[in-house]
Amino acid sequence: MLNKLTLVETIKKIKAKEFSHKELYLAIEKQIQESNKTFNIYLSLDKQALQKAGKLLDTPLAGIPIAVKDNFLTKELPTTAASSVLKGFMSPYESTVTKKLMQSGGVVIGKTNMDAWAHGSSTETSDFGRTLNPRNIKYLPGGSSGGSSAAIAANMCTAAVGSETAGSIRQPASWCGVVGLKPTYGRVSRFGVVSMASSTDSPGPIGKTVEDVSILFEQIAGHDDLDATTPKKEVPQVTKTIRQGVKGMRIGICYTDHPDLIDKKVTKQILEAGKLFEKYGAQVTIVPVTEKLEKGKILKHDFSIGVYTVVQRSEVSSNLARYDGIRYGQNREYFGVEAKRRIMLGTFTLSKGYADKYYIKAQQVRNLYLQNFEQLFEGYDLLISPTTPSYAEPLGASIGNPMFGELEDMLLEPTSISGLPGISVPCYKDEQTNLYLGMNIVASWWQEEKMIQAAHLYESETPWNSWRIYV
Amino acid sequence: MQSKTQVTSDIVSHIATLSNIPITDKETVNLAKEFTKVLEVVDHLALVDTSSVDPVGQVTGLESVMRSDEVQKERMFSQEEALRNARRTHNGYFMVDQVLDK
Amino acid sequence: MNEYTTIVGMEIHVELATSSKMFCGCINDPFGATKPNIYTCPTCLGMPGALPVPNAKAIEWTIKLGLALGCEIQPYSKFDRKHYFYPDLAKGYQISQYDLPFCKKGIVKTLLGDVRIQRVHLEEDTGKLQHAIIDGKKVTLVDFNRCGVPLVEIVTEPDIHSGEHAKLFLKKLHQLIRYLGISSADMEKGSMRLEPNISVRKSNVKKLPTYKVEVKNINSFNFVKKAIDFETNRHIDLLQHGQTPVQETRGYAEATSSTISQRSKEEAQDYRYFPDPDIPTIRLTKSYVEEIRNTLQELPDAKVSRFVKEYNLNEQEAIQIVEEKTSADYFESCVSLAQGTKETAIIAPTHIARRIINQQEKTELSPKQLIEELISKQRQKQIDPNLVRQAIQTVLRVQTKAIGDYKKGKTTVLMFLVGMVKQELKGKGDASFIETELKKRLG
Repeated sequence: MLNKLTLVETIKKIKAKEFSHKELYLAIEKQIQESNKTFNIYLSLDKQALQKAGKLLDTPLAGIPIAVKDNFLTKELPTTAASSVLKGFMSPYESTVTKKLMQSGGVVIGKTNMDAWAHGSSTETSDFGRTLNPRNIKYLPGGSSGGSSAAIAANMCTAAVGSETAGSIRQPASWCGVVGLKPTYGRVSRFGVVSMASSTDSPGPIGKTVEDVSILFEQIAGHDDLDATTPKKEVPQVTKTIRQGVKGMRIGICYTDHPDLIDKKVTKQILEAGKLFEKYGAQVTIVPVTEKLEKGKILKHDFSIGVYTVVQRSEVSSNLARYDGIRYGQNREYFGVEAKRRIMLGTFTLSKGYADKYYIKAQQVRNLYLQNFEQLFEGYDLLISPTTPSYAEPLGASIGNPMFGELEDMLLEPTSISGLPGISVPCYKDEQTNLYLGMNIVASWWQEEKMIQAAHLYESETPWNSWRIYV
Repeated sequence: MQSKTQVTSDIVSHIATLSNIPITDKETVNLAKEFTKVLEVVDHLALVDTSSVDPVGQVTGLESVMRSDEVQKERMFSQEEALRNARRTHNGYFMVDQVLDK
Repeated sequence: MNEYTTIVGMEIHVELATSSKMFCGCINDPFGATKPNIYTCPTCLGMPGALPVPNAKAIEWTIKLGLALGCEIQPYSKFDRKHYFYPDLAKGYQISQYDLPFCKKGIVKTLLGDVRIQRVHLEEDTGKLQHAIIDGKKVTLVDFNRCGVPLVEIVTEPDIHSGEHAKLFLKKLHQLIRYLGISSADMEKGSMRLEPNISVRKSNVKKLPTYKVEVKNINSFNFVKKAIDFETNRHIDLLQHGQTPVQETRGYAEATSSTISQRSKEEAQDYRYFPDPDIPTIRLTKSYVEEIRNTLQELPDAKVSRFVKEYNLNEQEAIQIVEEKTSADYFESCVSLAQGTKETAIIAPTHIARRIINQQEKTELSPKQLIEELISKQRQKQIDPNLVRQAIQTVLRVQTKAIGDYKKGKTTVLMFLVGMVKQELKGKGDASFIETELKKRLG
């Protein structure tokens, strides 16, 4: 079925006129009709999608259908951030990312479900119902870009876009067995993306293969005059260097020595990955953990949970202050429980008498992580670790657990608060549950091409990618 | 030595006012418990020695990013676009129940 | 009165006259907007996902003002978010500056004493509210045309010690701002707003009082004086009765030249300032600041000194001429023009200055026209009008053909006749006066 093709295959074949847009979109729409009610992936769909696609054959993205997380502002479809506060909100302006996608010939076919305001790692805290994991519907897809990840896993689109503040691309990608790329903070414009934690929010692609997300990455990355936090750096041509492998790279394996927190299976898989990279010419070592800054060692991830909790909630409390129901949306009574929690905790950590103890302290510890990674990347080109401690959690796991997200994202928080780029690729599939484990590959700031090279190699040499036969 | 923060209902009420979030008495009590729990994780940070490190809020290393003083008409909204999503408007204005002067 | 000392600090807000707003490219002209909410965009309307990018000119002009006030310029600065909820604040926070304002520690000298400037910082303006009754309901209408306009905030130390002193200070500051050309600083248009903080203490006590009263709704420098005078008396009265004035905000009532208590603020606001993560920090290098300093043209005080020295004006005349930059520039254009004519000796700078000062309305004459007028008047004075008339008579007796031509309609002949009269007078006399007299004679 045409909806099961990767982005690379779809573009190649459609340009070669092996099939038409009509046939492709029919296949996608059929899948959506069959499964969307169950999975609850799309919150809105564009009925004109096919008409738009038909005119875009001679463009880089050739009119392919793209699922976009519902925190990207779009003029044609509502933007809700999965919150009742913004139900029905039709944005009068377009986000830079979706604008770029459309300029490249992509078609936004629908907006996907997410944790309301991106507050979460389950997509269970959406005000419009939870999304199910297409790999096994008794389980969560992860979040907050759960809808976009599930859309890929369910073959309801050819490519997808999400955003990550601390794990929100990589964690659901890992749980859904798909590829998720979090660019360097500042690489992709946040203009028109509902702000969560302004200092870590990173929009990025989610897709079926490493090459798929690389193509999308090239199209959406780059300086934006409208976002003062995007430097004028050239976007690396990652699709050209993708097959260059890992020869000569120094790779460090991290976080595999926390037996309480990590599934032994995933540790094994990461170590195996290390061996694979060695086989292909990389120098692989285990990075020991340290509690204090020490050369060549990685700072314990535990503290990053506290840092992220405080920084994120503080910035969130500020970014959500604009939702007062006057210029758009509903008033603040419409915030869901999780949103209220976070706003209030963030207000608390910034308030008089507590700001020093919490906000300032958190930003100091954040600096320690920054310094740690700066030092580590003098000795390493890439750092690899499990994306998440284990497989997807069952439905309901996040309920009543205010720290659910932070614990699921604990291995991703250090790199997120530091602004580093990372990519998650499937590294194991459990045959009984059909659930996946993911490997997180992190590069130094602005060096996405290196992590993509490693990820592509791993994907080509292992059986974990469910679309591999098309690669 | 940093002490653990006990979040009381009074603190929660005060925060709710500061955040402009309406909450019920029941929610106040629950939130006080939840906050205390969350802050236990955060209090962990007190163990880290940060005496010789500055707080950092931005990770790009960028400085002095500015734009030139030019009008960008193409980005401006028409009055209709500006008001389009508001629940209450009147003759081109946004409208709210009367507020007290600042 | 000397038993008590008035202590006033002022907070002044000035809208910068940049073309675009502080953090977005919207038109910056809230006063000139013909309709509400026509100068907005995602950023200043506080839309989801919108981001701020600072206006370079607004920053430059803030530094310029700081330099003109003799301030220290921070080498490193940032914008902070100031949080509170109010309908005119689109984002629920105002982008302002907290602990690292662009400029600190300046000074304004007045005849009644120096006023130290504590800080000068840059922030964005809020929207505008209007109360109304619609369909019987009390509502507030909000217009965001002004939201996001660059606003400079100037805070003084509590160095002002009377209403008159405040007035002098404000006039000086106002003049400086207009000299720099960075704002219309027009209180009626709202591009300059001010709030005094007033308290009173016994003169022999050194410590600052424990209270201060903020007065809002003051629309002119005169009203500032009145408000301060009123408050001074009110405070003294209370203190004499053993009471301490309440720390509060009061509104100025124009009709009665008094102040009225407004709803007192319950607790000190907690603005939860933190550095805005959307805006990278700003490094103000020495070369950048020097570049701006080089664009600083001569300021009023220096100009007054120079005019006294260079043009021999007395200080009063100089102060009046220098009051507005436009009049000072006009004066100097006239002087340099006069220097280019033969009549330099006649049209001295003091002469020009007096002419400009005595003008009731703003002169419409170009410098050239003004000089010509002055020369003309001088020439008139050079010779007795009767002698001129005699000369005219003499000429007309001879130039009968010319008279004939003139009466036929050849008006150009008039200039010929003027020339003849001047010849008769050996060059003296004023051409336009002669012309007028000729016309009278010729009918």
